Amino acid sequence: MLGAGGSTSSYQEAEETDVVLLWGSNAREAHPIWFHHLLKGIRNGTRLYVVDPRRTSSAQWADVWLGLHVGADVALANTMAREIIHAGLAHESFIANATSGFDAYRACVEPYTLEHGAQLTGIPAEVIREAAHAYAKADKAMICWTLGITEHHNAVDNVLALINLALLTGHVGRYGCGVNPLRGQNNVQGGGDMGALPNRLPGFQDIRDDEARAKYEARWGVRIQPTYGWNLTEMLMAMDREEMTSLLVVGENPAQSDADAHHVEKVLRKLDHLVVQEIFLTKTAQLAHVVLPATASWCEAEGTVTNSERRVQRVRKAVEPPEGARDELWILSELAKRLGHDWGKPSAEDVWNEVRELSPKLFGMSYERLEKLGGLQWPCRTLDDPGSLFLHARLWEVPAQGRLAPFSVVEHAGPVEMPDADYPFLLTTGRRLESYNTGVQSGGYDSPLHRGESVDISPEDAAMLGVQHGDLLTITSRRGTVDAPAHIDRGLRAGVVFMTLHFPDDVATNLLTIDIADPKSGTAEFKACAVKLEPARVRGLARGTTNVLATAGTD
Amino acid sequence: MTGIAPHAGQVLSPLVRLERAGKRREVPMVECSIDGRAVRVEEGTTILAACRSLDVPEIPTLCFAETLRPVNVCRVCMVEVEGARVLVPSCSRPVEQGMVIHTRSERVMSARRMVLEFLASSVDLSTTPKAAEWIAEYEAEPARYGPPMPASDERDLALTGHHHEPSVEYAATVQQPVKVDNDLYVRDYAKCILCYKCVEACGPDHQNTFAIAIAGRGFDARVSTEFATPLPDSACVYCGNCIAVCPTGALMSKQEWDMRQAGAWKESEQSVTDTICPYCGVGCTLSLHVQDNQIVKATSPMENSVTMGNLCIKGRFGWRFVQPRKEPSS
Repeated sequence: MLGAGGSTSSYQEAEETDVVLLWGSNAREAHPIWFHHLLKGIRNGTRLYVVDPRRTSSAQWADVWLGLHVGADVALANTMAREIIHAGLAHESFIANATSGFDAYRACVEPYTLEHGAQLTGIPAEVIREAAHAYAKADKAMICWTLGITEHHNAVDNVLALINLALLTGHVGRYGCGVNPLRGQNNVQGGGDMGALPNRLPGFQDIRDDEARAKYEARWGVRIQPTYGWNLTEMLMAMDREEMTSLLVVGENPAQSDADAHHVEKVLRKLDHLVVQEIFLTKTAQLAHVVLPATASWCEAEGTVTNSERRVQRVRKAVEPPEGARDELWILSELAKRLGHDWGKPSAEDVWNEVRELSPKLFGMSYERLEKLGGLQWPCRTLDDPGSLFLHARLWEVPAQGRLAPFSVVEHAGPVEMPDADYPFLLTTGRRLESYNTGVQSGGYDSPLHRGESVDISPEDAAMLGVQHGDLLTITSRRGTVDAPAHIDRGLRAGVVFMTLHFPDDVATNLLTIDIADPKSGTAEFKACAVKLEPARVRGLARGTTNVLATAGTD
Repeated sequence: MTGIAPHAGQVLSPLVRLERAGKRREVPMVECSIDGRAVRVEEGTTILAACRSLDVPEIPTLCFAETLRPVNVCRVCMVEVEGARVLVPSCSRPVEQGMVIHTRSERVMSARRMVLEFLASSVDLSTTPKAAEWIAEYEAEPARYGPPMPASDERDLALTGHHHEPSVEYAATVQQPVKVDNDLYVRDYAKCILCYKCVEACGPDHQNTFAIAIAGRGFDARVSTEFATPLPDSACVYCGNCIAVCPTGALMSKQEWDMRQAGAWKESEQSVTDTICPYCGVGCTLSLHVQDNQIVKATSPMENSVTMGNLCIKGRFGWRFVQPRKEPSS
């Protein structure tokens, strides 16, 4: 964050901070071991504010649950900001020393009075006021979020709105303070660190930075384009235009994981050449012209991953891969060779050492040190650098070192598709504790918590529709239709229904979701689309699923 | 085996002490004598930690874990402090200036012997690491309390306050049928010494799910879900953090239990490799226990700063997708 591309804090800080705003995150289920650190904090006196349209199992641990309308995050953040400014709680010396753009920001949030904010968010004005005061007055306070912030058409604005709050109150760059995206997959952070983004080089260096690019061009002996490439959503559009005709997919299942699945499958079928490198014959792999059987990189190969506290950690080979599966590094090297670049046969450590050599903030992380110290947190610039517990301490130096942290002017913009007379419910999506993404991995073990897919619905809506727990419903959006049994959830408010992506072979939730993406991040608005609910025509199935639902565990 | 569980909300003990960056402060030192040797340690260090920094003979522990607040229930780590009326639990008692400590005095040896006799006569210690060694070392004779009580399946039915006169012919035991009620883990409370570790790990120290607690009083006390319901009907979320701290093998993954039943569990042939969990971005270290190129168990190191030995259901059990399951060979 703030140009660094990672959480600013360490997990242990959640144990010792005074206030946590957990925003758009059900970490109790999606990041259970991070939540352990937060629970230690709660037992040490941390006050927890959970911002979520659903009263989740995380919200059950909150001092205050702020149950906002789906997509009203910027409105809530701006309302809190205005209240903080008007109550004289802004950190004026920090703003003056370390930030830029405050006047424009103040003007932007001025219309967001408590009353207006309450209208936009559905949260009582007094509750917004209390959360704003608690956050601003705390000695140490953190904001942590996950996909409830980033899976919106205005994802980047949402993130910027949260960063604004941290800058306004000086809650960044000190121990126990920070702005923290909790990463959803085991190497999302590492993928970004390695430049597996359309705008970055390894070490999160900007591809438009002439100096950084020249360094890589010299080392690699190739020319690197000086402009940003396509993100996933833009690639899908380019495939649709038949401008992009070949695709290599490594360990991802876009045919089921991406919004508006009908459309994704259609464009994947347009490709002249689709190569999928996978450990399973996923739905995407089934569409491929060539499938390259790969190893499970986390236990059948060597390497590193980076976690949500910027800690680079070793993954190691524990078992021999199945016959025929090849190490992913071998596959990529062989592909390079076929394309005219002989990389030799580099080991994972060789590759990592090249990364270190070219990325100053990772240089101190030799394999030897990673082994000995149980991982290191970047930046870690020298072989005696202990790594960085938190980022941006520079902002507290007088004068602040480096670039000033900019406030951003961001305005409320609700979901693209709001409920209307034809599609009266708002569908939001997320994860459950025992499952994961499209279920390719989590479908591999039996658990009493697995209960299959359902459409979670508030008791009020269930009563209105005359729906019983376990009744099979047909859920329809403007893009598709699926059937799923109803699961009555008292944590949901009227008008909002909830589903997951975990069982796409049974219930392809992404047939419903909307493929409108944030223009800056390319992330689709999985968290909001309009649907209608009707009793399913095939009544017989509902009975069978009722028993499964009856054993559902709760956290 | 009696003791008082710490209250929820109690401030975490400084015993949960991991080496953490940026947190070193100057701590005053205290001096003591252990088995005649002068020792200097940081104030707040437990007697056990001080002993482990020396090469004095090992002090046995059962209910102690670095990552849990001590509950002082097993009484096997007792040592003698000169001037103290009773023996003290070394796992929780901090060293004080000038303490004179004996770890192998006659009183200590006699107390440990008796604790081991009580435990071994009433509990199945066959899967408790080191139990047999300790019994030999301390010359404990559990058999002198008589043959074990015949098997009974009524332990879960015991009501608080309803005591029966003990039989003098047999050694009372906690024997009861093993509970196999789900695919993920097994509870064999005939092996339970009531050390509270699972209750603490499930409860306030780590997981905060509170699926289990101590039910009953006195010799009828046992670890139980609410109303002794099967796990799938309880609040359990199958993190298995109770298994991770169980010192006796009373709690065990179903896979390990099945393999042991079939005689296929060969710990000496297993390798343990640390890697990172393939699920969310928290980055929990998974120690993969591998036998015959099959992952047979996942744990996490207690001293790991991310996990403190804990995992969630996905980390503990969700790795089976990487390999076709092989039935345990008999």
